[in-house]
Amino acid sequence: MALQAIAFYLMAAVTVAAGFCVVSARNPVHSVLWLILSFFSAAGLFVLMGAEFLAMLLVVVYVGAVAVLFLFVVMMLDVDFTALRQGFARYMPLGLLIAVFLAAEMVLVSATVAGRGAAKDNETPMASGADSALSNAEAIGRVLYTDYIYFFQAAGLVLLVAMIGAIVLTLRHKPGVKRQVISDQVLRTPKTGMRLADLKPGEGISE
Amino acid sequence: MTIGLAHYLAVAAILFTIGVFGIFVNRKNIIVILMSIELMLLAVNINLVAFSVYLGNLAGQVFAMFVLTVAAAEAAVGLAILVTFFRNRGDIAVDDASMMKG
Repeated sequence: MALQAIAFYLMAAVTVAAGFCVVSARNPVHSVLWLILSFFSAAGLFVLMGAEFLAMLLVVVYVGAVAVLFLFVVMMLDVDFTALRQGFARYMPLGLLIAVFLAAEMVLVSATVAGRGAAKDNETPMASGADSALSNAEAIGRVLYTDYIYFFQAAGLVLLVAMIGAIVLTLRHKPGVKRQVISDQVLRTPKTGMRLADLKPGEGISE
Repeated sequence: MTIGLAHYLAVAAILFTIGVFGIFVNRKNIIVILMSIELMLLAVNINLVAFSVYLGNLAGQVFAMFVLTVAAAEAAVGLAILVTFFRNRGDIAVDDASMMKG
Protein backbone atom coordinates (compact mmCIF):
# COMPACT_ATOMS: atom_id res chain seq x y z
CA MET A 1 0.00 0.00 0.00
CA ALA A 2 2.81 2.38 0.81
CA LEU A 3 4.29 1.87 -2.63
CA GLN A 4 0.94 2.68 -4.20
CA ALA A 5 0.68 5.85 -2.14
CA ILE A 6 4.18 6.92 -3.15
CA ALA A 7 3.39 6.26 -6.81
CA PHE A 8 0.12 8.18 -6.57
CA TYR A 9 1.67 11.23 -4.93
CA LEU A 10 4.58 11.24 -7.37
CA MET A 11 2.40 11.06 -10.46
CA ALA A 12 -0.22 13.44 -9.09
CA ALA A 13 2.49 15.98 -8.27
CA VAL A 14 4.06 15.63 -11.72
CA THR A 15 0.66 15.96 -13.42
CA VAL A 16 -0.26 19.10 -11.53
CA ALA A 17 3.18 20.70 -11.79
CA ALA A 18 3.38 20.00 -15.53
CA GLY A 19 -0.14 21.36 -15.94
CA PHE A 20 0.90 24.57 -14.23
CA CYS A 21 3.97 24.82 -16.45
CA VAL A 22 1.70 24.46 -19.52
CA VAL A 23 -0.15 27.64 -18.68
CA SER A 24 2.85 29.60 -17.41
CA ALA A 25 5.61 28.68 -19.87
CA ARG A 26 6.95 31.56 -21.95
CA ASN A 27 7.41 29.54 -25.10
CA PRO A 28 4.41 27.63 -26.51
CA VAL A 29 6.74 24.85 -27.67
CA HIS A 30 7.69 24.29 -24.03
CA SER A 31 3.99 24.39 -23.19
CA VAL A 32 3.33 21.53 -25.58
CA LEU A 33 6.19 19.51 -24.09
CA TRP A 34 4.84 20.09 -20.58
CA LEU A 35 1.41 19.05 -21.84
CA ILE A 36 2.91 15.77 -23.03
CA LEU A 37 4.46 15.20 -19.60
CA SER A 38 1.16 16.02 -17.90
CA PHE A 39 -0.79 13.58 -20.05
CA PHE A 40 1.86 10.92 -19.60
CA SER A 41 1.71 11.05 -15.82
CA ALA A 42 -2.08 11.20 -15.96
CA ALA A 43 -1.88 7.95 -17.90
CA GLY A 44 0.20 6.65 -14.99
CA LEU A 45 -2.63 7.63 -12.64
CA PHE A 46 -5.06 5.70 -14.84
CA VAL A 47 -2.85 2.62 -14.63
CA LEU A 48 -2.77 3.03 -10.86
CA MET A 49 -6.57 3.07 -10.83
CA GLY A 50 -6.73 -0.09 -12.93
CA ALA A 51 -7.90 1.49 -16.19
CA GLU A 52 -5.00 0.30 -18.31
CA PHE A 53 -6.80 0.48 -21.64
CA LEU A 54 -7.67 4.16 -21.24
CA ALA A 55 -4.14 4.88 -20.06
CA MET A 56 -2.65 3.40 -23.23
CA LEU A 57 -5.28 5.18 -25.30
CA LEU A 58 -4.30 8.46 -23.65
CA VAL A 59 -0.64 7.89 -24.46
CA VAL A 60 -1.32 6.89 -28.07
CA VAL A 61 -3.90 9.57 -28.83
CA TYR A 62 -2.37 12.47 -26.96
CA VAL A 63 1.35 11.91 -26.96
CA GLY A 64 1.24 10.31 -30.39
CA ALA A 65 -1.23 12.48 -32.24
CA VAL A 66 -2.65 15.57 -30.56
CA ALA A 67 0.61 16.77 -29.01
CA VAL A 68 2.43 16.32 -32.31
CA LEU A 69 -0.36 18.25 -34.03
CA PHE A 70 0.08 21.07 -31.51
CA LEU A 71 3.87 21.04 -31.95
CA PHE A 72 3.44 21.09 -35.72
CA VAL A 73 1.13 24.10 -35.64
CA VAL A 74 3.18 26.00 -33.06
CA MET A 75 6.35 25.57 -35.06
CA MET A 76 4.65 26.27 -38.40
CA LEU A 77 3.12 29.58 -37.39
CA ASP A 78 5.64 32.38 -37.49
CA VAL A 79 4.27 34.43 -34.63
CA ASP A 80 5.91 36.77 -32.15
CA PHE A 81 4.93 34.95 -29.00
CA THR A 82 6.26 37.57 -26.62
CA ALA A 83 3.62 40.00 -27.86
CA LEU A 84 0.95 37.44 -27.09
CA ARG A 85 2.05 37.35 -23.46
CA GLN A 86 1.08 40.93 -22.80
CA GLY A 87 -1.48 41.17 -20.05
CA PHE A 88 -0.22 38.04 -18.31
CA ALA A 89 0.45 40.00 -15.13
CA ARG A 90 -2.71 42.07 -15.54
CA TYR A 91 -5.05 39.09 -15.57
CA MET A 92 -3.03 37.16 -12.98
CA PRO A 93 -4.75 38.45 -9.79
CA LEU A 94 -8.29 37.92 -11.10
CA GLY A 95 -7.36 34.53 -12.50
CA LEU A 96 -5.72 33.48 -9.23
CA LEU A 97 -8.74 34.63 -7.22
CA ILE A 98 -11.18 32.66 -9.37
CA ALA A 99 -8.84 29.67 -9.47
CA VAL A 100 -8.49 29.55 -5.69
CA PHE A 101 -12.26 29.75 -5.17
CA LEU A 102 -12.94 27.16 -7.85
CA ALA A 103 -10.36 24.74 -6.47
CA ALA A 104 -11.57 25.18 -2.90
CA GLU A 105 -15.18 24.55 -3.92
CA MET A 106 -14.40 21.50 -5.97
CA VAL A 107 -12.08 19.94 -3.38
CA LEU A 108 -14.71 20.58 -0.71
CA VAL A 109 -17.45 18.97 -2.78
CA SER A 110 -15.34 15.97 -3.73
CA ALA A 111 -14.22 15.42 -0.15
CA THR A 112 -17.86 15.54 0.97
CA VAL A 113 -19.06 13.21 -1.77
CA ALA A 114 -16.28 10.72 -1.13
CA GLY A 115 -17.14 10.62 2.57
CA ARG A 116 -20.86 9.88 2.42
CA GLY A 117 -23.71 8.27 0.58
CA ALA A 118 -23.33 5.44 -1.87
CA ALA A 119 -19.60 5.90 -1.96
CA LYS A 120 -19.23 5.21 1.74
CA ASP A 121 -20.64 1.69 1.55
CA ASN A 122 -17.97 0.83 -0.93
CA GLU A 123 -14.91 0.68 1.26
CA THR A 124 -12.67 -1.00 -1.28
CA PRO A 125 -9.56 1.03 -2.00
CA MET A 126 -8.89 2.21 -5.51
CA ALA A 127 -6.95 0.01 -7.92
CA SER A 128 -8.60 -3.27 -7.21
CA GLY A 129 -8.08 -3.86 -10.91
CA ALA A 130 -6.86 -7.30 -11.86
CA ASP A 131 -8.98 -9.40 -9.53
CA SER A 132 -11.49 -10.43 -12.17
CA ALA A 133 -10.79 -12.87 -14.97
CA LEU A 134 -11.42 -10.27 -17.65
CA SER A 135 -8.74 -7.81 -18.59
CA ASN A 136 -9.66 -4.15 -18.55
CA ALA A 137 -9.64 -3.88 -22.35
CA GLU A 138 -11.83 -6.95 -22.76
CA ALA A 139 -14.32 -5.73 -20.17
CA ILE A 140 -14.57 -2.33 -21.89
CA GLY A 141 -14.98 -4.02 -25.25
CA ARG A 142 -17.85 -6.14 -24.00
CA VAL A 143 -19.69 -3.05 -22.82
CA LEU A 144 -18.67 -0.75 -25.66
CA TYR A 145 -19.73 -3.00 -28.54
CA THR A 146 -23.06 -3.98 -27.01
CA ASP A 147 -24.67 -1.35 -24.81
CA TYR A 148 -22.89 1.63 -26.33
CA ILE A 149 -22.63 0.57 -29.96
CA TYR A 150 -24.61 3.56 -31.27
CA PHE A 151 -22.49 5.97 -29.26
CA PHE A 152 -19.42 4.24 -30.61
CA GLN A 153 -20.63 4.73 -34.18
CA ALA A 154 -21.49 8.34 -33.40
CA ALA A 155 -17.95 8.85 -32.09
CA GLY A 156 -16.64 7.51 -35.38
CA LEU A 157 -18.85 9.97 -37.24
CA VAL A 158 -17.55 12.82 -35.08
CA LEU A 159 -13.99 11.89 -35.99
CA LEU A 160 -14.92 11.65 -39.69
CA VAL A 161 -16.54 15.08 -39.64
CA ALA A 162 -13.54 16.53 -37.80
CA MET A 163 -11.17 15.03 -40.35
CA ILE A 164 -13.13 16.37 -43.32
CA GLY A 165 -13.51 19.73 -41.59
CA ALA A 166 -9.80 20.05 -40.89
CA ILE A 167 -8.92 19.13 -44.49
CA VAL A 168 -11.48 21.53 -45.98
CA LEU A 169 -10.32 24.34 -43.73
CA THR A 170 -6.63 24.03 -44.43
CA LEU A 171 -6.60 22.90 -48.07
CA ARG A 172 -5.93 25.71 -50.48
CA HIS A 173 -5.16 25.97 -54.16
CA LYS A 174 -2.41 28.39 -54.96
CA PRO A 175 -3.31 30.24 -58.17
CA GLY A 176 0.17 30.13 -59.68
CA VAL A 177 0.70 26.38 -59.49
CA LYS A 178 0.08 24.30 -62.63
CA ARG A 179 -1.95 21.20 -61.93
CA GLN A 180 -3.14 18.28 -63.99
CA VAL A 181 -6.85 18.62 -64.81
CA ILE A 182 -7.97 15.19 -65.95
CA SER A 183 -11.32 16.31 -67.38
CA ASP A 184 -9.62 18.89 -69.61
CA GLN A 185 -7.31 16.22 -70.94
CA VAL A 186 -10.14 13.79 -71.62
CA LEU A 187 -12.34 16.38 -73.29
CA ARG A 188 -9.56 17.48 -75.62
CA THR A 189 -10.30 16.71 -79.31
CA PRO A 190 -8.13 17.06 -82.40
CA LYS A 191 -10.20 20.10 -83.31
CA THR A 192 -9.30 22.00 -80.16
CA GLY A 193 -5.88 20.46 -79.82
CA MET A 194 -4.27 21.77 -82.97
CA ARG A 195 -4.48 24.69 -85.32
CA LEU A 196 -3.77 24.78 -89.03
CA ALA A 197 -2.00 27.89 -90.17
CA ASP A 198 -1.49 29.01 -93.73
CA LEU A 199 2.01 30.33 -94.11
CA LYS A 200 3.30 32.35 -96.97
CA PRO A 201 6.83 31.53 -98.06
CA GLY A 202 9.47 33.56 -96.27
CA GLU A 203 7.31 34.47 -93.29
CA GLY A 204 7.39 33.02 -89.83
CA ILE A 205 4.38 32.29 -87.71
CA SER A 206 3.16 35.05 -85.48
CA GLU A 207 0.45 35.06 -82.89
CA MET B 1 -2.64 5.29 4.24
CA THR B 2 -4.78 4.13 1.35
CA ILE B 3 -5.37 6.20 -1.71
CA GLY B 4 -9.10 6.64 -2.09
CA LEU B 5 -11.57 8.37 -4.33
CA ALA B 6 -11.07 11.76 -2.68
CA HIS B 7 -7.40 11.85 -3.65
CA TYR B 8 -8.12 11.39 -7.34
CA LEU B 9 -10.99 13.87 -7.22
CA ALA B 10 -8.67 16.43 -5.62
CA VAL B 11 -6.07 15.96 -8.36
CA ALA B 12 -8.77 16.35 -11.03
CA ALA B 13 -10.12 19.48 -9.32
CA ILE B 14 -6.67 21.08 -9.17
CA LEU B 15 -6.00 20.22 -12.82
CA PHE B 16 -9.35 21.66 -13.92
CA THR B 17 -8.61 24.83 -11.96
CA ILE B 18 -5.23 25.13 -13.66
CA GLY B 19 -7.02 24.90 -16.99
CA VAL B 20 -9.41 27.71 -16.09
CA PHE B 21 -6.51 29.78 -14.76
CA GLY B 22 -4.62 29.19 -18.01
CA ILE B 23 -7.52 30.54 -20.06
CA PHE B 24 -7.60 33.65 -17.87
CA VAL B 25 -3.92 34.52 -17.94
CA ASN B 26 -3.21 33.61 -21.57
CA ARG B 27 -6.08 35.56 -23.02
CA LYS B 28 -4.21 36.54 -26.17
CA ASN B 29 -2.54 33.27 -27.02
CA ILE B 30 -5.12 30.96 -28.53
CA ILE B 31 -2.70 28.02 -28.73
CA VAL B 32 -2.25 28.00 -24.96
CA ILE B 33 -6.02 28.45 -24.56
CA LEU B 34 -6.55 25.27 -26.60
CA MET B 35 -4.00 23.47 -24.44
CA SER B 36 -5.79 24.68 -21.31
CA ILE B 37 -9.03 23.22 -22.66
CA GLU B 38 -7.21 19.93 -23.18
CA LEU B 39 -6.08 20.06 -19.54
CA MET B 40 -9.65 20.65 -18.38
CA LEU B 41 -10.88 17.70 -20.43
CA LEU B 42 -8.12 15.56 -18.91
CA ALA B 43 -9.36 16.52 -15.45
CA VAL B 44 -12.87 15.48 -16.45
CA ASN B 45 -11.49 12.16 -17.67
CA ILE B 46 -9.70 11.56 -14.38
CA ASN B 47 -12.98 12.18 -12.55
CA LEU B 48 -14.89 9.80 -14.83
CA VAL B 49 -12.33 7.02 -14.48
CA ALA B 50 -12.04 7.48 -10.71
CA PHE B 51 -15.78 7.14 -10.21
CA SER B 52 -15.93 4.28 -12.71
CA VAL B 53 -13.33 2.29 -10.81
CA TYR B 54 -14.76 3.22 -7.44
CA LEU B 55 -18.33 2.21 -8.25
CA GLY B 56 -17.26 -0.80 -10.31
CA ASN B 57 -19.22 0.45 -13.33
CA LEU B 58 -17.49 0.49 -16.70
CA ALA B 59 -19.81 3.13 -18.17
CA GLY B 60 -17.53 5.83 -16.80
CA GLN B 61 -14.54 4.51 -18.70
CA VAL B 62 -16.56 4.20 -21.91
CA PHE B 63 -17.71 7.78 -21.49
CA ALA B 64 -14.12 8.87 -20.87
CA MET B 65 -13.26 7.32 -24.24
CA PHE B 66 -15.94 9.41 -25.91
CA VAL B 67 -14.63 12.53 -24.18
CA LEU B 68 -11.18 11.63 -25.53
CA THR B 69 -12.63 11.30 -29.04
CA VAL B 70 -14.35 14.65 -28.89
CA ALA B 71 -11.24 16.28 -27.43
CA ALA B 72 -9.11 14.98 -30.30
CA ALA B 73 -11.65 16.17 -32.86
CA GLU B 74 -11.85 19.55 -31.17
CA ALA B 75 -8.07 19.95 -31.18
CA ALA B 76 -7.87 19.05 -34.88
CA VAL B 77 -10.62 21.44 -35.98
CA GLY B 78 -9.44 24.18 -33.61
CA LEU B 79 -5.90 24.06 -34.94
CA ALA B 80 -7.19 23.99 -38.53
CA ILE B 81 -9.22 27.14 -37.87
CA LEU B 82 -6.13 28.67 -36.26
CA VAL B 83 -4.01 27.92 -39.33
CA THR B 84 -6.66 29.41 -41.65
CA PHE B 85 -6.93 32.48 -39.44
CA PHE B 86 -3.17 32.88 -39.45
CA ARG B 87 -3.08 32.70 -43.26
CA ASN B 88 -5.71 35.39 -43.54
CA ARG B 89 -4.33 37.77 -40.91
CA GLY B 90 -0.66 36.88 -40.47
CA ASP B 91 -1.27 36.98 -36.73
CA ILE B 92 -3.14 34.97 -34.13
CA ALA B 93 -4.04 37.64 -31.57
CA VAL B 94 -7.46 36.69 -30.23
CA ASP B 95 -8.69 40.15 -29.36
CA ASP B 96 -8.16 41.37 -32.92
CA ALA B 97 -10.42 38.63 -34.22
CA SER B 98 -13.35 40.90 -34.97
CA MET B 99 -13.49 40.48 -38.73
CA MET B 100 -16.96 39.01 -38.62
CA LYS B 101 -18.38 41.88 -36.59
CA GLY B 102 -21.43 43.10 -38.49
